[in-house]
Parts: sequence; structure tokens; C-alpha cells
Amino acid sequence: MQATEARAPVATREMFYNEALGDALRLEMERDPRVIVIGEDIAEHGGAFQVTAGLLDKFGPTRIRQTPISEIGIVGAAVGAALTGLRPVVELMYVDFAGLAMDQIVNQAAQNRFMFGGQARVPMVLRTQGGSGRGNAAQHSKSLEAWFAHIAGLKLVMPSTPADAKGLLTAAIRDENPVIFLEHKLLYRTKGQVPEGEHLVPLGKADVKRAGTDLTIVTWSRDLLFSLEAAAKLADDGVAAEVVDVRTLVPLDRETILGSVRKTHRLLVVHEAIKRGGYGAEIAAMVAEEAFDDLDAPPKRLAGLETPIPYAQHLELSVVPQVDDIVRAAKELVA
Amino acid sequence: MTAIDRETAIELYRVMRTIRAFEERAVQLFGENKIWGTIHSYAGEEAIAAGVCAHLRDDDWITSTHRGHGHCIAKGADLGKMFAELLGRETGYCRGRGGSMHIADTSKGNLGANGIVGGGIPIATGAALTAKQLGTDQVAVSFFGDGAVNQGTFHESLNLAAIWKLPAVYVCENNQYAESLPVKRAFAVEDIAKRAEGYGMPGVHVDGRDVRAVHAAAGEAVARARAGKGPTFIVADSYRHEGHYYGDPRKYQAKDEIEGWRKQFDPIADARAWITAEKLASAADLDAIDREIAAEIDRSVSWADQGPLASPIKLPEDVYAGD
Repeated sequence: MQATEARAPVATREMFYNEALGDALRLEMERDPRVIVIGEDIAEHGGAFQVTAGLLDKFGPTRIRQTPISEIGIVGAAVGAALTGLRPVVELMYVDFAGLAMDQIVNQAAQNRFMFGGQARVPMVLRTQGGSGRGNAAQHSKSLEAWFAHIAGLKLVMPSTPADAKGLLTAAIRDENPVIFLEHKLLYRTKGQVPEGEHLVPLGKADVKRAGTDLTIVTWSRDLLFSLEAAAKLADDGVAAEVVDVRTLVPLDRETILGSVRKTHRLLVVHEAIKRGGYGAEIAAMVAEEAFDDLDAPPKRLAGLETPIPYAQHLELSVVPQVDDIVRAAKELVA
Repeated sequence: MTAIDRETAIELYRVMRTIRAFEERAVQLFGENKIWGTIHSYAGEEAIAAGVCAHLRDDDWITSTHRGHGHCIAKGADLGKMFAELLGRETGYCRGRGGSMHIADTSKGNLGANGIVGGGIPIATGAALTAKQLGTDQVAVSFFGDGAVNQGTFHESLNLAAIWKLPAVYVCENNQYAESLPVKRAFAVEDIAKRAEGYGMPGVHVDGRDVRAVHAAAGEAVARARAGKGPTFIVADSYRHEGHYYGDPRKYQAKDEIEGWRKQFDPIADARAWITAEKLASAADLDAIDREIAAEIDRSVSWADQGPLASPIKLPEDVYAGD
């Protein structure tokens, strides 16, 4: 089902990002008995990041189905359940564990519909989280969106605000396709106003989170917050940055990005994932192909260094873009 | 061995014979360069698909393997649409997108052949979870080879099915080789069915060339699953008459083994023998069935051959489901 445009909210409430996600799960589980949540530590414990807190009491252990530590078994069971009539939402604790489940994600969930000539649908959501910033080191801190963006058959969502987290998760659960839903571990305790009750943000629509005229910053997930901070600093120095939150990497809202670049004539893409082969390259190339004549400067990427994420706090901070790095890159671009 | 009635015996024979005839024709078409890619013949293993699927309804699910033609036929597939798929036609089950290794027939509960060894085991487990969650009495059966038993998906899935008491039946078709690796070099345990004990479910070892033995074991396992009593692991010993894929040089097998075992493991010849010995049907009756099947194969191939080639323009349609 295609999500419709979000309606004007009746009321909003301040929520943490993880609460907003839990709110979406609760509402969708109330709305549709076919929606189940399946994953590790999601029952009494409430999930590693407290997204499913309280849901066990409300829906019981058959719909909040806690599993042993069996990533490919969990994801594969969700694929089979989705093929046969349920709408499972998998919680995979860390995106770094996707490697354990990748066959079911890539060879099964993403491709079943196509391989079967359109006979099947795989309406499932795989929620997981990535990113650095908690001293969890290399096996629990990666940003792996480029892995999933490369696979035909998957949709890919990376919300940055609590309201978007709720609206996009609702749309993802109602989507008829496998949706990879990547959260960021440092966003869970960020707060924002969230519409109460049903709230849908359609997949495939970017959002201009700040308007500006001098350059376009395209970003997603936690770097949206960094980019907004950087844009405020840039404004103090007389540079008006427009900040586009991609929100859905697949399908990509090319028009919003291109529209912004045609106005500002400069593009800076910011992401935490390693620059080499990162999704920023896709956006930069798309803009170069579609809007070359509108550009006053080459597209620029600011992204993670080509190293695994290190443990020590000062080392960890040194390998992914920080607010001041964004300010510096933006100034270079408009100079 | 419980006695098998005439009607069941004839039906099992018909399914097995149809599978064999399909494989013989598929190999022939492959030799004529009409089939692209690769095919894995199920010849020699027919008793397993036939004996298990005889207990399944159209709304029960199966997951199959790269050697999947037999499961597909036993679950009630249309032969014309299967041949059309092998020939890359728009009229094939998968409109030419899947081919031999990915044929699915969701209208009959076939959730697909699978090119990944062990790839279907978690999917069948998930289908069984659907039945349990929705409170239906549907059953999910996963077919896989001896090779898949050493994949992690086998371990994770059987454990999940056991702790959740899912209505699943796991059927290992032990055809003696995982591609080129003999079973003896892949397992330190003598009886593969013993692995079931480690998951807390019944493990049953049957002679996979005897369709009566498979039918009996599967009947018990399917009834158990349907009654909500949980999963069963069945190991059926068998032998594939062809190599891993059609054209496999089979350097890992001795010539006399191949010739000797092909005769020893021929469920169709065996079935003819007991069916006629028990006077459930005469040799002439069975010959008549063989002729009917041969005619159906001819009709199916010629129907398939008249189908239009699948159009590349329509490919993007099937990548994402619409709304």
C-alpha cells in the first residue's frame, strides 16, 4: 500500500526517537493482527534500545516473539512468514550482524518476488541500527546503508527525527516490499514533537529540513542533526545552507535533491559511512549527470575515513564527520 | 509396513513416473540447447517428493531446492508452465525470471526452488510460524539435501521450530553427495536423523527409494504437525541418477558405483514390482499410465514451445510490488 501524504496532525507530543518508533509499532499492531515483531531481547527487556518496551504486556509473547540468538533463522522465518500472510517486523540488534543474515536478506527477501515472476510479495521490515559514537568499536558501529542500497528489491529508510521515525516506520510496515529500516544508536535519546495517532510519512520523499540559497547539504540519519547545527553556524557567517534530509535512500527522491541544487548551484553530501563506495557517491553522480550545467562547483562529499570504527573516544570522533568539518567543507564549497 | 490401498499406490506411481518423464525430457531439451543455464535432475529421488506431498493440501506450503522439479510436480504444478519456464517464456511460472532453480507455484503452496543450499529451511519455518500465528492447521514442509544439513540455517531453523512447536516437517533427501562431497566425508555421525535429538524433535530415518516407507513416515510427521504437536526431521536415503548438474563429469564417483546404484536405487522400478506383486495393478495398467504421461509431456512441451518469449521491457515490473 502506498503511504499517503501525512495529514495535518491533530495533536503532537514530545517523544524520544525510540518512543516514537514504539508508538508506530503499537499502532500498527493494533490496526493489523498480521503485524508481529520478532527478534532478540525484545520481550521483557524491551529491546536493546528500548523500542519495544511495553509491547509484550500489550500484545503477548506470540506477537512480540523473542528469539534465540539466530540471526539468519530470524530473518529467514520473517521472509517465510511474509510470503505466507504475516507482516513481520524484525529487530536486528546491530546492523553489523546483518552479515549473519545476509543470504536471507539479499538472495531471498529481496529477490523472491522477481525470481518468481511476480507471484509473491514479501511485506516485511528489518529494523536495525548502526553508526558510531558509543565506544562500541568496529563490530558494533558501522554504517552499512550502501550494502543494502545496492540490492534490487529492497527499500531503504534512514529516519533522522522522532516524527519521521514514526511516520516512516508506519509506511514501511504497510509497504508490500522488504524494507530495511536503519536507525542510529545516538538518535534514540533525541527528542522531538511527534504527531499522535496515525502518522504516515511516505517512502520515497525527501524533506527540506532547512531552506537556504548558497549551497545544498544532502544528508540522512544522525548527520542531519550535525548538518542542521552546521547550517546554523554557517548562517552566523553569512552562508545560507539548504539542508535536505533524504529519509528514504531507496527509492530516492531525485526531484527534491535536483530542485534544491538547481536553486543553490552547489552540492555537499554528508554521511558517516566510509566515503569509498558510499551512498554519497550515488547522489553526487546523479546530480552530476542530471544537473551538471546548474552546478557552479564540483559536487563534494564529506564522509567517514576508510578505516574500521576505532574504540577510544578521541579516535572514534576522528574518523566520522563532525559539525565543524561540515562547516569547513561548506565554506570551501562556496568560496 | 502398513498396506497401501490401490488408489494411493496408483497415484504415487503416477507422480513418480511423471517426475521421471519430466526430467528425461528436460535433459533432452537441455541437450538440444533449448534450455539455458543449468538443470539438476531429480531422477532417482522421486519416491521422496511423491511420498511426502501425498499428505499435503494445496494450502500447505513447501520449500524446495535447486533439484526442485520433483517437489514442484508432486505439489501439483502444471507441466506446461514448468517447461515454459525452462524455455524462458512469458507463460512460464516465473515468466523467465527464475528458470529451473527458482520455480515457484504459490497457488499450490510451493514457495520456490532455491539456488542457495539450505536457503529454504528458514522460509518454511516462517511459513509454519504463519500457520501457528493465524491458528490454521496448515503445515510447512522443507525439502533439502544432505549438504544443507551442514548449513547454519538448518541448525537455527530446527531449533526455532522445536522451541515454538511449529507445524513443520524437515525432509533431508540424502542422495549421498553434497555436490561432489560424499556423505561419509561430510558427517562424523553415522545416522543423520540423530541430529533431531539435539533439537528435541523426533528424527526418522527411512529408505528413500521405497515410496511406501516415505509415505508412512511423512504421514505420521504431517499428522503430528497438523495436530499442533510440533516438527519432525525425516532423513530419506536416496541416490541421484545424474550428477550434481546435468553434464557433471562425476569424477568423484566410480563408474560401477553409478551403474550399480542406479539399479539399486530406482523407486519406480521397485514400485512397479510391488504394485504388480500385490495385484494392485497389472503391468499393462502401469504401461497405460506411462503412455498417458508420455502424451502429457508431449502436449506440455508443445504448449510451452508456443508461448511468447519473456519480454525484457517488463522486467522492472516484478522488482517491487505495487500498492
